[in-house]
Amino acid sequence: MSHHLVVRVVSKLMIPFILLFGLYVQFHGDFGPGGGFQAGVIFAAAFVLYALVYGLDNAKRIIPEKYIRMGVALGVLIFAGTGVASLILGGNYLDYSVLKHDAPHGQHLGIFIVEFGVGLTVASVMIVIFFAFAGRGHKIDEMEE
Amino acid sequence: MVLAVYLIIRLHNLFAIVMLSGIYSLLAATFFVIVDAVDVAFTEAAVGAGISTVLMLGALSLCGRHEKAADRSTLLPLLVVVVTGAALVYGTLDMPSYGDPDAPIHQHVAPYYLKKAQTETTVPNIVTAVLASYRGYDTLGEVTVIFTAGIGVLVLLSRIRLGRRKEDEDTA
Repeated sequence: MSHHLVVRVVSKLMIPFILLFGLYVQFHGDFGPGGGFQAGVIFAAAFVLYALVYGLDNAKRIIPEKYIRMGVALGVLIFAGTGVASLILGGNYLDYSVLKHDAPHGQHLGIFIVEFGVGLTVASVMIVIFFAFAGRGHKIDEMEE
Repeated sequence: MVLAVYLIIRLHNLFAIVMLSGIYSLLAATFFVIVDAVDVAFTEAAVGAGISTVLMLGALSLCGRHEKAADRSTLLPLLVVVVTGAALVYGTLDMPSYGDPDAPIHQHVAPYYLKKAQTETTVPNIVTAVLASYRGYDTLGEVTVIFTAGIGVLVLLSRIRLGRRKEDEDTA
């Protein structure tokens, strides 16, 4: 899509805001609507848009596939690791109350960490699936020309 | 929404069908906003209308954009669909009406969460508190499902690509 000037300029303007909105949904999820799942897909959508407009190779240069594959596993590890951490600190599995000095703050911290794990895995899986699809056969942008 | 579904059934151009299903998802997202499920609407708009449409287009670029003519009668599948749909509609007749405060789902643990979530977790968004803390095991399971799906796609698709890469090296 190298000749679509309007699409390139508009998406260049939009992508930072999509990423920012994704981060807002992720880290403001305790207070407003949202959370890890929603933030993950919004974040991934921004990268998919970038890959569509600027080509797959450029997108892969920004976030190498190796790191995304790590992110897929790392998110689940963060979630499960929080459970193990609460086990070690003397609580039940995934009981966040022991993570901090008093129960409510521990719960808040636990929810925050766990949601981050969820968001990481969801975003990584979406990007990995997109890369796996788009990397096969002809590239989408070549088809459209 | 009904128009979009009707066109999806009638059209034979797969490209138009993919676009229409994206439009359908966007309309569904607005519907979720109307019933106050904003977070579900986020997901529907981003996944249903955005990413899955892109993935379908990617699949179309591999397999062409025209439907093959059906060579079998569609009567039996139609019968199965109608019977299943009728059974589902019959099942919903017994459900309590939407927003009914006496519905069983609002009587079980929901009042406890609504009363205690704020003080026990200091998280104002009760949906997040229930999802990540009270129902933490379920959410861990969900994340594991997504993880497994991602690994599955990766294994299925990247094996083919690895084979190709070897061929490229041989020819080069």
